[in-house]
Amino acid sequence: MNKVAITNFGNTKFSHDDISIESCLLSSTKALFEQNSNLSKNDIDAVLVATNENKKYLSPILSELSGIKPKISHTVENLCSSGTNAIVSAYSYIASGLANVALVVGAERFDSPGQILEWDNSRGEYKHPIFWASIFTKSYKRRFGITDEDLAIVSVKNHKNAKDNPNAYSNKTYTIEDVLNSRKLTDEIKILDCSRPCTGSSAILLASEDYVKKITDTPVWIAGIGQKTESASFTKSNSFTDMASTKEAARSAFENSKLQPKNVNVAEIHDAFSVCEPMILEDLGFVNKGGGLEYSKNLYNTDNRKINPRGGLIGAGHPLSATGVAQTIEITQQLQGKAGKRQILDANIGLVHNMAAAATSSTVLLLRS
Amino acid sequence: MKFESELQKGNFIVGNCHKCNKVIWPPSDYCDNCFGNLNWKKIQPEGRLVEYSKTNNEVFCVAELDGGIRIMGTLIENSVKPEIGSKIRIEKCGIKNGNYSFVIRLC
Repeated sequence: MNKVAITNFGNTKFSHDDISIESCLLSSTKALFEQNSNLSKNDIDAVLVATNENKKYLSPILSELSGIKPKISHTVENLCSSGTNAIVSAYSYIASGLANVALVVGAERFDSPGQILEWDNSRGEYKHPIFWASIFTKSYKRRFGITDEDLAIVSVKNHKNAKDNPNAYSNKTYTIEDVLNSRKLTDEIKILDCSRPCTGSSAILLASEDYVKKITDTPVWIAGIGQKTESASFTKSNSFTDMASTKEAARSAFENSKLQPKNVNVAEIHDAFSVCEPMILEDLGFVNKGGGLEYSKNLYNTDNRKINPRGGLIGAGHPLSATGVAQTIEITQQLQGKAGKRQILDANIGLVHNMAAAATSSTVLLLRS
Repeated sequence: MKFESELQKGNFIVGNCHKCNKVIWPPSDYCDNCFGNLNWKKIQPEGRLVEYSKTNNEVFCVAELDGGIRIMGTLIENSVKPEIGSKIRIEKCGIKNGNYSFVIRLC
């Protein structure tokens, strides 16, 4: 298999803009090309679009609007993890030799149809994500004796990190009290516990080892990939305090990269709601079960941005299919030493965790400089 | 789908694969193990409470029924305090605004 690296990227600011998905896709693609003058459109073999928007033929449309005539072009949709899933598809094309260079562009609008999984009728009238998140939160609080105040640290930390991310949806910081006093959605969830739907687009370029040298001196290699789908319906989960798909995706990614959780210097993880961050930290193997919040609290208290340096989903906003690409761009910047104020010193190994539909499926990427 | 036409009438039926001795949920056309046809039968309306929380207006919950299937529905508040594992009963079911609707009561 060919080795695959991330070589270039383009980002947009996450916002509440009411723009077409085509314009959204084009904006990050334009940013990618503007930042990389030695990139030739003729070298791009594959253009993959990640979105939940109900529109057709978006990858050929984006290709035409960008003046690219790729061999391979199609959309990848997998709810909130569409972004990383498109990156995995691009990786596979390059690793297998079907493509040398692949452009992946994730985009979503603030009113994306991907926010509700209509098919999952086992959720009855409670299909909005705040309901599964409330069930997770209630179970997690009971099992580990956690309070709302304990959980609020996730939102406080990630909003603080997002303050130094110019592309984040939020640029405000909040105290524990602000989170606790924010609008109550359910007994377990306040509005500041939630990642917010928004409009955004992120583009990333992947290339084979032979091609990498032509376009960058600072490639970031994809060292490991793990994915797992347990089910589509939320009620199939055996536990509401563990993410079985995340555990398996992490085990697989660490195994095929020959890395361990202790080797990871920086990670972007899918904090769709406050309770997700500690659960994910535990199920990735960073900390023992029940220790996730103490881990996040220590990071906050020591001004350590190791987890969710761009602000995670809660701070940066969650334009579903752009999220996985934006997470991967953040880790790429960190490993290139180009993350500015957000930079983790001497970061060589990074992790991306992206999931969908109450963690019924998960994707874990391990990157190395 | 047979399931939905029955639910519309207030009947909660589930598909059962005799060959695999398995209840298939959420409703499907075939068994997820052998792809065999399903026999539809009325479900026992009793089960246990798995988890619950509350919006400003109502309590919602996950309940487990016969065959290990789980549903989300509205838990009617009464004098009994909900406990995990409490016995529940499906009081009413149907289709509301296009969604399956289950009203659940603590026994």
